[in-house]
Amino acid sequence: MLNSKRLVLAHFWLAFAVFGLALLLGEWQMFVRSPLNLWIGNSELYYRSVTAHGSAMGYVFPTLIAMGFGYAITEFALKKPLIGRRWAWAGLALVAVGAVTAMIPVSLGLASILYTFYPPMIGNPFYYIGVVLVVVGSWIWVALMSVNMAAWKRENPGKPVPLAMFANVAGAYLWGWTAVGAAIEVIVLILPVALGLRTTIDAGLSRVFFSWTLHAIVYFWLMPTYIAYYTIFPRAIGGRLYSDAMARIAFILFVVVAMPIGVHHLFADPQVGAGFKFIQSVFTGMVALPTLVTIFTICASAELAGRLRGGKGPFGWVAALPWDNPMMLAVAFSFVMLGFGGAGGLINMSYQLDASIHNTQWITGHFHLIFAGAIVIMYFAIAYDLWPHLTGRALDSVRLMKAQLWLWFVGMIVTTFPWHYVGILGMPRRMASYDYANPAIAPQALSVSISVFGGLMLLISAGLFFAVLIRGHRAAQTDPGEYRFSIAVHEPVRVPVALNGFALWLTLMIALTAINYGYPIAQLLALGGNAVPAVYVGAAR
Amino acid sequence: MSAERLFTFRNPWFAAGVGITAAMVVLSLIAGFVLLPYATKNSQLAGLWDAICSAAGVPRATAISGSPKPTFVTSSVVMNPQMFGPTDTRSVGRGATLAMQCAICHGSNRQGQVDTPNLEGQPAAAVYKELRDFKSGSRTNAVMSPFAVKLSEQDMLDLAAYYSYLPRQPGSHPDPALAAPPIVSRGAPMRNVPTCSSCHGTTDAKLGTPWLDGQSAVYIQTQLEAFASGTRRNDISQQMRNIARQMTSEEIDEAARYYAVQP
Repeated sequence: MLNSKRLVLAHFWLAFAVFGLALLLGEWQMFVRSPLNLWIGNSELYYRSVTAHGSAMGYVFPTLIAMGFGYAITEFALKKPLIGRRWAWAGLALVAVGAVTAMIPVSLGLASILYTFYPPMIGNPFYYIGVVLVVVGSWIWVALMSVNMAAWKRENPGKPVPLAMFANVAGAYLWGWTAVGAAIEVIVLILPVALGLRTTIDAGLSRVFFSWTLHAIVYFWLMPTYIAYYTIFPRAIGGRLYSDAMARIAFILFVVVAMPIGVHHLFADPQVGAGFKFIQSVFTGMVALPTLVTIFTICASAELAGRLRGGKGPFGWVAALPWDNPMMLAVAFSFVMLGFGGAGGLINMSYQLDASIHNTQWITGHFHLIFAGAIVIMYFAIAYDLWPHLTGRALDSVRLMKAQLWLWFVGMIVTTFPWHYVGILGMPRRMASYDYANPAIAPQALSVSISVFGGLMLLISAGLFFAVLIRGHRAAQTDPGEYRFSIAVHEPVRVPVALNGFALWLTLMIALTAINYGYPIAQLLALGGNAVPAVYVGAAR
Repeated sequence: MSAERLFTFRNPWFAAGVGITAAMVVLSLIAGFVLLPYATKNSQLAGLWDAICSAAGVPRATAISGSPKPTFVTSSVVMNPQMFGPTDTRSVGRGATLAMQCAICHGSNRQGQVDTPNLEGQPAAAVYKELRDFKSGSRTNAVMSPFAVKLSEQDMLDLAAYYSYLPRQPGSHPDPALAAPPIVSRGAPMRNVPTCSSCHGTTDAKLGTPWLDGQSAVYIQTQLEAFASGTRRNDISQQMRNIARQMTSEEIDEAARYYAVQP
């Protein structure tokens, strides 16, 4: 039962369209700064492209996926029509209008500030206004998810909220609070400068506010992926979810500790005290916990499926898994990339180890492996799983799907492993050009060239992805049956109040934010005098 | 809804959630704000409160009193693009009168002495900043400094307005066929030298930087050498000193000769 098919499809198609365009830019960037191409001679064009790629991939694409998937979950899991469908369309319209508003000045070269904003660089105000519109659109989704869960709980007192919806609302609340940091930065600090009302900006304070958003946004991107691990994957491979309670605890842990840890992005920044860097480093370590819980639970669920399919012995169940099932393949690839990316992340969050790779290509490799790899490959899998229910037509290009997932996995490894390596060699990130003739840089030339081919594989994979979806739209109509989420081994009859709502966990999240961010922000505000002249991008000087 | 109350320590989830979080906070506070500051070598702490303040990032004087005093005058110029707004014709007129004394050395129509820069068409911010620095003594020159000390703030703004109002003159002996040497076109990334154009125009023009096309080779070379040796140090963040120190004398020569023949 899905009443809002068009709504969900619109979100997914807009998301994937943005993704396709931004992917082209990404590959172009990799090519022009590689030794395979003579330098284009204008670094501004490169940064313009990086800004568009980052803003589209970081703000627009995953937000739309989370929103669309969230609306689908609401109707599938709660088995009732979405409350506030008009608001949902309004939210989508805001995201779309915001994306266009932001991209026009970027295309004109008036906002080449990268998606991390980088004050005191200041771009055209419409860029920031566009980003704010995207965030406001997504906040409508946050509110709708909250309203829909509350309404269901009122109608079903004492019953456990379905896991998919519980996790979905966890993602929504996490995003709602996470986006506040960047919203304050843009609305209070940057926009007045961009509009010309002020000419100086406190760059350090801006960066602190941005770090509030910067790390937890990744966990917001991650939420649809984790929801798919827990609530789609076990069903898709013919098994059961190992533990419903563990799943709830994992999502709760994300809500509590994913946000007040962003200062580990500021290890090299002088405006935050070492003590706060340490405490946030500790909580960054804590955020590995829900991922470890997830890996355990999902592997256990896979083992159940393998044994149900006749697998025996300590490893026989692995061979018995349905490896020709695209969902199986996607989750396996996602786990491998999550493993490597997570291991790299442990290095980034360690104060001393970070010093050797801070602001190098290692970081670019790290977040592409996690986001574009482990997370986005599950976005593909989610689309494959949902599409028949959205279109009423079967997706039967299974071989094409498998080829697509394989290409994305191999392509992402070939792209990001060389990036990690050149990062260790000291290659800085966010540089438009490198002089590969220089003996000190020449050893990096081969690795950088290899990663360009990885990017090419990703482009081909994305082409296959679109082919699968478009063929799906043209297939004959069928009845996909009722959409089902995974069933837990022990289906919850009733769960503790703490695992059925978020009041306690949101309180802890906000309290931790106050402890971890309160003093550094208050001090920067109280000290004053930190403002530096704004550097207007694209302005005549 | 069940009657189970959440916000009470009798609820095990509440007790565990709040308890574990609080314990984590307290332990990491003790480690980050007490143990680690003391474990840092040469941390010069005056006591526990000092350790906590240092970890919190409170700005404070170090236990060793007295920071080293610079032996030279540092540049104190603060500018923003709004300072040099639309051209004020009266300011240009006053600047033109004042500029008569500049022409002795800087000439007009690019006919100045080779050891002086061309000023016609220079950005107002560049002219203003150098005048301020000559006046304060953060940039010194036996000939130029006596002229600058007499100038008022308004004089300097007027001169800046006048010179930025004048059109840039075509180069006296341009050679467009001369290709840009690598130090100009690419910089030297491994030595932290960006391309000249990333600040001095073409790619980006940073506030306060002069344009270089057609300047005398002798002047550019002298200034780069002065930055490298530290005899000129009015670049506020040492950006030119850091670049010039990393350039070889051949590269300085190439860059100077390249810019001298630009139109």
